[in-house]
Amino acid sequence: MIALKVENLSKTFPIKKSLFGKPHDGVRAVRPMSFQVATGETLGVVGESGCGKSTFARMLVGLLEPTTGQIEIEGKALDNGNAAAFGKMIQYVFQDPISSLNPRKTIRQIVEAPLRRLHRMGPAERETRIAEIFDSVNLRHDFLNRYPHEFSGGQAQRIGIARALAAAPRIIVLDEPVSALDVSVQAQVLNLLADLKAEFNLTYLFISHDLAVIEAVSQRVVVLYFGAVVEIGKAENIFKSPKHPYTKLLADSAPVVGRPLTAPEQKDSELPDPLDPPPGCAFAGRCPRATRLCHQDEPMLTQMGEDQFAACHHPLEE
Amino acid sequence: MPFIQLLFRNRLAAMGAVVLTVILLLVLLTPLLPLPDPDVTATADRFQTPFSPGHLLGTDHLGRDQLSRLLHGTRLSLAVGIAAAAIAGFVGSAIGIIAGYFGGRVDNMIMRGVDMLMAFPYILLALAIVAALGPGLMNALIAVAAVNVPFFARNIRGITVGLAEREFIDAARLAGMGHTRIILSELLPNVLPVIIIAMSTTVGWMILETAGLSFLGLGSQPPQADLGSMLGEARSALISHPFTSVVPGVMIFLIVMSINLLGDGVRDALDPRLRSGALSRPRATTLVQRNDPVPAATEDLLAIQDLQTQFHAGNRVYKAVGGVSLSVSPGECLGLIGESGSGKSVTALSVMGLVASPPGVITGGAVRFRGDDLIGAPYETLRRKRGDRVAYIFQDPLATLHPLYTVGDQLIEAIQSHHAVSRSAARDKAIRLFKAVRIPNAESRVGNYPHEMSGGMRQRVGIAMALANDPDVIIADEPTTALDVTVQAQILALLDDLRRDRGLAIIFITHDFGVVGQLCDRVAVMYAGRIVEQGPTQSVLETPAHPYTKRLIACVPELGRGRRELAAIPGLPPSVEALPPGCAFAPRCTKAQDDCRSGQIALTGSYPRAVRCLHPEEAIG
Repeated sequence: MIALKVENLSKTFPIKKSLFGKPHDGVRAVRPMSFQVATGETLGVVGESGCGKSTFARMLVGLLEPTTGQIEIEGKALDNGNAAAFGKMIQYVFQDPISSLNPRKTIRQIVEAPLRRLHRMGPAERETRIAEIFDSVNLRHDFLNRYPHEFSGGQAQRIGIARALAAAPRIIVLDEPVSALDVSVQAQVLNLLADLKAEFNLTYLFISHDLAVIEAVSQRVVVLYFGAVVEIGKAENIFKSPKHPYTKLLADSAPVVGRPLTAPEQKDSELPDPLDPPPGCAFAGRCPRATRLCHQDEPMLTQMGEDQFAACHHPLEE
Repeated sequence: MPFIQLLFRNRLAAMGAVVLTVILLLVLLTPLLPLPDPDVTATADRFQTPFSPGHLLGTDHLGRDQLSRLLHGTRLSLAVGIAAAAIAGFVGSAIGIIAGYFGGRVDNMIMRGVDMLMAFPYILLALAIVAALGPGLMNALIAVAAVNVPFFARNIRGITVGLAEREFIDAARLAGMGHTRIILSELLPNVLPVIIIAMSTTVGWMILETAGLSFLGLGSQPPQADLGSMLGEARSALISHPFTSVVPGVMIFLIVMSINLLGDGVRDALDPRLRSGALSRPRATTLVQRNDPVPAATEDLLAIQDLQTQFHAGNRVYKAVGGVSLSVSPGECLGLIGESGSGKSVTALSVMGLVASPPGVITGGAVRFRGDDLIGAPYETLRRKRGDRVAYIFQDPLATLHPLYTVGDQLIEAIQSHHAVSRSAARDKAIRLFKAVRIPNAESRVGNYPHEMSGGMRQRVGIAMALANDPDVIIADEPTTALDVTVQAQILALLDDLRRDRGLAIIFITHDFGVVGQLCDRVAVMYAGRIVEQGPTQSVLETPAHPYTKRLIACVPELGRGRRELAAIPGLPPSVEALPPGCAFAPRCTKAQDDCRSGQIALTGSYPRAVRCLHPEEAIG
């Protein structure tokens, strides 16, 4: 079954015309992208800063209205840009656990909010539901009357997860949920997320810049570069036999014990300028395989091997 | 209550509070006091001097009792001032929150309106309002409130804009809250302290402004007395009978003075930055209080010997570093690995006395650079070595570079502060350094401001600055944590080349085993302020001896291992304020036995391998 279907989703931020400058088309933070996620699947989303990960995630949960495209959850199209309608179907876990909790509210008030607003539950019903959720995320019930500053990052992230679960969504978007946490705590939260997924039959969109974490949790992985999907494929294959040179660069850059230290990319290139995007493939400027074709034509996502799609004119061979 | 204590630590605020309380008590009790009617005239008794029988403060030009008029007038002035502050605070804050929360066009329209209001001189605006509405105390109140609305609107909008971008507001929207509910239940509680501070500091003005309008005859109307109208009526007798002006004048002075002193006190006590002591200037070097004998000198280039650094906050003592010994030789890279709070950064900052004091105190041990102890060294000695012999690279290059100077100027300053060279020579050197750290177009890039560079380029500037004076040791505190993986790989390769070419010793602080595995020759693992294991990198990573190291390695996902359950370590590291006796890891350790929970556990083993564990995973020679 298909939990999430995204078609042609894109976002362009308008730029104010400067007094003398030429008129601008705006910044294309996310270029039109389409994909599907099956129920119970974890789709990993990888990309470096500025690749449009957060814009994409915020559109999925209705915090940002897309410029074009449609989001369907379990076959139902959602009203774009209405966070409350999205809230029951899809929820969000934030990167910074402390800043996502209102410092002046108790944990009970924070976790209760989706139950009251989205599900209109009465006080007794809420109490039992919160108790169930807190048991699922391994939090003690006496935490409910405390304030967010009293918690460590790992505990605060569990509270954030509990709040997302309280809305009883079908899908949870996890935006770098462990990157602010210490490694020993990171593993606790990742394992908790895996258990919750099985318990509630959830579907995850797991956004991270850490390839190792993505590989450890996802079934399929989407690689983003400069606002566009450059490769989609099974997690076990995508970093082992990447088709797109950018995916290979990412995989080679990740620090791995025992691998000799060499810079995989000798050119000292920076990301393309979003205000002045290059024609053709956005990665061409950094790509060792780039030809004239790459600088002229933007490659389309095409199937390369079983379950693997890449947007490249000169894909890597096995 | 800590707030009251903080408030009264400020003597002036306490004085203001006392004076204001006395005045408030007096005016509240005024109707009960045996005073003559303030409005009854007795022209026969006019201009009686103070202390005359029956009239403690004398009488005015119509023979009315001054004391009675003063107390009734103060009552009225205070009531109007406070009411105006409340109205201005309410309306202004509402405008500010709405403008700040919705932003965009709403914000633009509202704030331009507020700007227009501010463009008029306030007294002119108040006069215009009173002229339109007609004189009277109520209209004066409205005028005073209206002219103060922009102050609140602008202040509160500024705070709200910052809060509205916070993630908890997004979370509230996803929880199904509407705009009104978000404003009332999410934003308002966070803005309220600012509103209260702004009100407490502005009540004084409002009383003055009301008095000003009454003085001009636009506020309270005869025979009703308020402080301003009393002054106005006394004006004609200013020379012949000055006491009639002095009495209300002194009262206005006392009220406004005490309110302002108290308001400033409230602001200082509520401001979190002032409360945490952030504005108290730290010393130039970390405070040193060593009681134990200082360890003897060694041959190493840089040796940290049994270093102990603590933070003293009130009665609490945080043992951030509890006896750490490390050393590096030229060309060597030592990894220092640990989770947040393990004391790795404090160890690094202690080397050059950079831990902020207060609250930091170095209580024991030594840091020897070529045999000389740096701890307790005079500031001038440290200053000459900081950045020259021992340089630092920090995690966030945006925070360590000054935003208002070009990166080139900052680099030139770093060179010139240690070497007497001309500016053009320093500039040439800066360009050479930029080339050394592989910044493309070095000649033009020196003119860039930090915000014009990407994170990776900024960190290269940070490295160039660390290299500026050809140091012997570089201490790099998580230099790649904030960077993307492709950039991280470039920076690590650069550091590796530099140490091989220049014979630099590097102490590399990180939480990432992958980075340590690729870059470092030796590694030390820290937990709760102590080293629990150290040795050659390969040996520690392949056969970890301390259960903490072993389990920490196991819970880090590694690329190429596929989807799997990670072996998490349950529990949290202990607080360094209350360390358990024995091994700090014992409460989380599955192999812990009774002997782990008492006494001091020593670091055992033969150099370079050592472990602080009674029941290690691997036997160490």
